Amino acid sequence: MRELQRLAMVFGVLAMSAVLTGCPKKPETLPDAGATPIESSTTTSGTTSSSVSGSELSAEQRELEQLRQTGMIIYFDYDRAEIKSEYVPVIAAHAKYLNANSSRTVRLEGHTDERGSREYNIGLGERRAQAVRRALMLQGVADTQITTVSYGEERPAVLGSDETAYARNRRVELVYGR
Amino acid sequence: MRMLASRCFALAILALISTGVRAQLVIEITRGQENAVPIAIVPFGWDSAGAAPFDIAEVVAADLHRSGRFAPLDRKSMIDRPTTGEEIRFQDWRYLRADFIAVGKLMPDGPDRYAAQFELYNVLNGQRLAGQRLTASTKGLRALSHRIADIIFEQITGIRGAFSTRIAFIAVEGTPPQQEYKLIVADADGENQHVVTRSSDPIMSPAWSPDGQSIAYVSFENKVSAIYVQTLATGERRRVSARAGINGAPAWSPDGKMLALTLSRKDGDVDVYTLDLATQVLTRMTFDPGIDTEPAWSLDGRKLYFSSDRAGGPQIYEVDVDSPRSPRRVTFEGSYNARPRISPDGKLLAVVHLDRGNYRIAVVDLASKAVQVLTQGRQDESPSFAPNGATLIYATQDRGRGVLATVSVDGRVQQTLAAMSGDVREPVWGPFPTR
Repeated sequence: MRELQRLAMVFGVLAMSAVLTGCPKKPETLPDAGATPIESSTTTSGTTSSSVSGSELSAEQRELEQLRQTGMIIYFDYDRAEIKSEYVPVIAAHAKYLNANSSRTVRLEGHTDERGSREYNIGLGERRAQAVRRALMLQGVADTQITTVSYGEERPAVLGSDETAYARNRRVELVYGR
Repeated sequence: MRMLASRCFALAILALISTGVRAQLVIEITRGQENAVPIAIVPFGWDSAGAAPFDIAEVVAADLHRSGRFAPLDRKSMIDRPTTGEEIRFQDWRYLRADFIAVGKLMPDGPDRYAAQFELYNVLNGQRLAGQRLTASTKGLRALSHRIADIIFEQITGIRGAFSTRIAFIAVEGTPPQQEYKLIVADADGENQHVVTRSSDPIMSPAWSPDGQSIAYVSFENKVSAIYVQTLATGERRRVSARAGINGAPAWSPDGKMLALTLSRKDGDVDVYTLDLATQVLTRMTFDPGIDTEPAWSLDGRKLYFSSDRAGGPQIYEVDVDSPRSPRRVTFEGSYNARPRISPDGKLLAVVHLDRGNYRIAVVDLASKAVQVLTQGRQDESPSFAPNGATLIYATQDRGRGVLATVSVDGRVQQTLAAMSGDVREPVWGPFPTR
């Protein structure tokens, strides 16, 4: 079963490299069909939103700003760690950026919704962070550029005990450092 | 019928004001036992000038009431206030339908020292069941009251009282991403709270050392998880695991020398290990590529129970510490069983169990494998046995807030404890004090 999931993920990544274009589109809806679409302001929460105009930014900063537009968060289905097809372009964009800026490091923060046991959820958040790590590495990102941490259900993006809140909390956030 | 009884108990509310921190705990008995034992805890006499320094009977009555097994008489209905056995007119108390009566008095016993003399009687036959003289300083009078409640509880039920024990839990205030996490230790009744540690990053998974002197916990204060062991009396702490990946789910071995813990190392494979605290030797206990976590030691320290999703959803497995290559599955009923905790008699395993779409606390009888669901919440978690095995404390939600609750091991007596602000969760019941 798990092997199947892994295979599915590898295939997903392969498919992603085929689909990859220079201008990845931001996924428009959350996981779990029927869930409320999130606004771009919430997709980029957790990152510093920039009010600085493009001309004052360096090329690298512009690239990062573009990444923020693409998405800094990958969302997951309940109790799953497979990367869904709508996030394939997002990961590809991050991989492209990390490959082009080899001194950059990214921290992958895995999260779950609040249901179930807390330490088990730490394990699940780790599995999600690892799924994103492997996807980035399959596209050439160096292991040394990536760190992972799982917060499980301890750091929700939003409070609440309904499916809308759960969907926004099941995520991996990509956080850039030097 | 039981629901009706629960409503009657719901009016019992004790507002307990903490000393160490601002947070207050409100205790509410949501479901009591229909046949709670009526008992009269007569206000203690005070053998000196001025007002008594402490109301012992009030604390004793509150303890017994919270256990759900006793129904203390309202003071206002007491027409007489005997302070010694000779003064008790048993027919009066039979008329008030008390089965038992406790009387006593407090007296000065030197500078900042008091002695409490108390006696317990069976009202029906006038038999004296207990009589003791206990001493304490002003600060120790609350603890002394809990000891009296312990003695009464044990005399009447045959079960050692757990009123003199402590609990630890996590309190969280604020909204994401600005939240403050606190590890708090309090008396079992929620009084006498002390903040062990606080952080703007998550703190989780507190675990008492078997001697009750230290607590192990997980803190993300350095933006990654690490396990710390903190000595309560001194506040001194040391970091015992800060390896790459997860450092989680610490559990002390019964002899206090080892910690079982969860690590994911660099490759992200979540497994259970043991760590020798003196030598720092790490031994791997699980080898499956799935999530293996939440270890709990058997009473003899030779086995570990843990959660694993190797067969799909999480289930409980056990493994011999000396031969960890051959784990055995323990739970089969239901699609989700996680976070095992062994009962003090070794016969039951408390787990988080998915019950028709709701996460609830259940106990698994290890001999018959029968599962009994004890709670009725939607998201109940973190069960922890009282050291006398009579009660479990766990975390639940009440109107969107995290609260603590207790349930008797037969599921019949329930009560909730809620922080006045913020969420409280991950309660763990400490061991008995050494007698």
